[in-house]
Amino acid sequence: MAKTNSLDPIELLRRMWLIRAFEEKASALYAERQIVGLLHLGIGQEAVAVGACCALRADDLVYGGHRSHGHAIAKGADVNRLMAELAGRATGYCGGKGGSMHIVAKETGFITATGVVGGTIPLALGAAFAAKEKKQNQVVMVFFGDGAGQAGPFHESLNIASLWQLPVIFICENNGYAEFTPLSAHTKIKRLARHAKTYGIPAGTVDGNDLFAVRDAVEKAVKKCRDGKGPVFVECLTHRMRGHYEGDPAKYRELAQLSEWKKKDPIARVVRALKSKKAITDKMIEATEREARDRIEKAAEFALSSPWPAAGEVASQVTA
Amino acid sequence: MEQTYLDAIRAGLREEMRRDSSVYVFGEDVALGGPFGVTKGLAEEFGQNRMVNTPISEGTVMGLAIGAATAGLRPVVEIMFIDFITLAMDQLVNHAAKLHYMSGGQLKIPLTVRVQCGISGAMGAHHSQSLEAWLAHVPGLKVVMPANAADAKGLLKAAIRDDNPVVFIEHRGLYWSKGEVPGGEHIVSLGTAAVARSGDSVTIVALANMLALALEAAEDLAAEGIFAEVIDPRTISPLDIETIATSVKKTGRLVVVHEAVEQGGIGAEIVARVQQQAFFYLDSPIVRVAAAFAPVPAGRTLEQQFLPSKTRIIEAVRQAIASC
Repeated sequence: MAKTNSLDPIELLRRMWLIRAFEEKASALYAERQIVGLLHLGIGQEAVAVGACCALRADDLVYGGHRSHGHAIAKGADVNRLMAELAGRATGYCGGKGGSMHIVAKETGFITATGVVGGTIPLALGAAFAAKEKKQNQVVMVFFGDGAGQAGPFHESLNIASLWQLPVIFICENNGYAEFTPLSAHTKIKRLARHAKTYGIPAGTVDGNDLFAVRDAVEKAVKKCRDGKGPVFVECLTHRMRGHYEGDPAKYRELAQLSEWKKKDPIARVVRALKSKKAITDKMIEATEREARDRIEKAAEFALSSPWPAAGEVASQVTA
Repeated sequence: MEQTYLDAIRAGLREEMRRDSSVYVFGEDVALGGPFGVTKGLAEEFGQNRMVNTPISEGTVMGLAIGAATAGLRPVVEIMFIDFITLAMDQLVNHAAKLHYMSGGQLKIPLTVRVQCGISGAMGAHHSQSLEAWLAHVPGLKVVMPANAADAKGLLKAAIRDDNPVVFIEHRGLYWSKGEVPGGEHIVSLGTAAVARSGDSVTIVALANMLALALEAAEDLAAEGIFAEVIDPRTISPLDIETIATSVKKTGRLVVVHEAVEQGGIGAEIVARVQQQAFFYLDSPIVRVAAAFAPVPAGRTLEQQFLPSKTRIIEAVRQAIASC
């Protein structure tokens, strides 16, 4: 299991590969109907998840969105239980009741994903309020996409986070598309960080496919937040290399655009950066990918050999 | 001790805040006492850290309270009028109600939503609705509607201690009604109905402010030899159908009264469950007394026509008695 708060670049590369391998395997299992439902993959966005979460402590809390496998893994979720959850098995984090969009891995501090765009932004405020009251310098991080930036709760949340100076770090994964529609068709605002500034929140935009740029920006944000200086907003420009969900042919996107983004693949960029510094050998590069894929094969085996939830589970845990 | 419904709610809230430092209250103007004075004086005792005034952002405030619950607090959210719970339904329905289930039991949401409903003072269609049936339709939410001061206090304390989201619906028309409230630690378990008056001719199930009307109707009917048993469900989800069905098995007749509109109201659920459990005991068709299927009108005369009345309850009972 990946640990949070480790800034070793090789370790970060491992985590990115673990996420990539997990999602590619999930995609393959989806094609075989071993995983069903709505599957939103963040392939191409791994640098944001890993770069942001590596700046956190184990007891910091993370809230995600509908495209959050990567966030959960980056916060330390066990890939066996995560894959089992996607496959609807009893051994999944949520016993098969949550699925891809409703991951909860509480023990790791990944509190919840959601099927409602922007839905966890207010939740993160509440957790940050609780953290502030507990006075243990805990911070809370919430991930959401550019599509959330036109929703009412996003604006209400920025206002309250600023008003109450809550220790919350807003991570906007601006991948340019809200479902099938480019951001430009939904708003005149090109950089969502601008909204945060309107509400008096320090905000910046970084290259979300550059692991180190994300890490450096979020480290600063976390420090500020932990020091009691209120919320910070980090917008990460990135691109999902798949459709909105598996099965979406993504015809709305130009092929040229996709190939352009492929050149910016965040994993390849980390590898290039480390190689140029001679911080990694070809053997290590190959081993990093292979270890991740082997680990995920085991996770898939675990998931698919796990039992289905018992029939009586359907109406259990409706109330505590 | 005799107390108003409003004072009893405040006393229950105060006791729970003293007992448990993780109880926090969020809402518009709560630190100032709110529009009716329910939370008056609490900010002075507990500070504005725990009596938290919020902007007019119901949806986000509801989500914030849910998030605080996921991080270890036991929040109470006040939505000033139930009409505005519409703005918070996404968070309430999609997160508060479902997170325990969706997380496979990893998360608990010990959240109480205090809200007031109903017709009082000709406030019109956006400040007078009764929307409890919507809420009772959602698995994972508990829904409480106290009809008197004692239950208001006892049920609120139970709601705050409950590990689930509980929507605690106060009726504004009852705020200044007085009732005897037991001294000491007074808790009323969620999901238990109360038999407010015993009788054997007919069962009247009446919710919230309709209880007093039903009791008055029962008093008048007793003079003509019709003895109504009056039941207050108190909690509509989970619904104590046993107490209602047991009564119907004795009386053979049922009248259900609520202030919400009839179509799709909680009365429909009560009727369906009673016919399932006590069909062969029924001597006559079940009658519902509820508001007209219309938005709540603002004018005083229209408002009176809209509302169920004692006369309508008496007529419904006579209909139930006559049609067998």
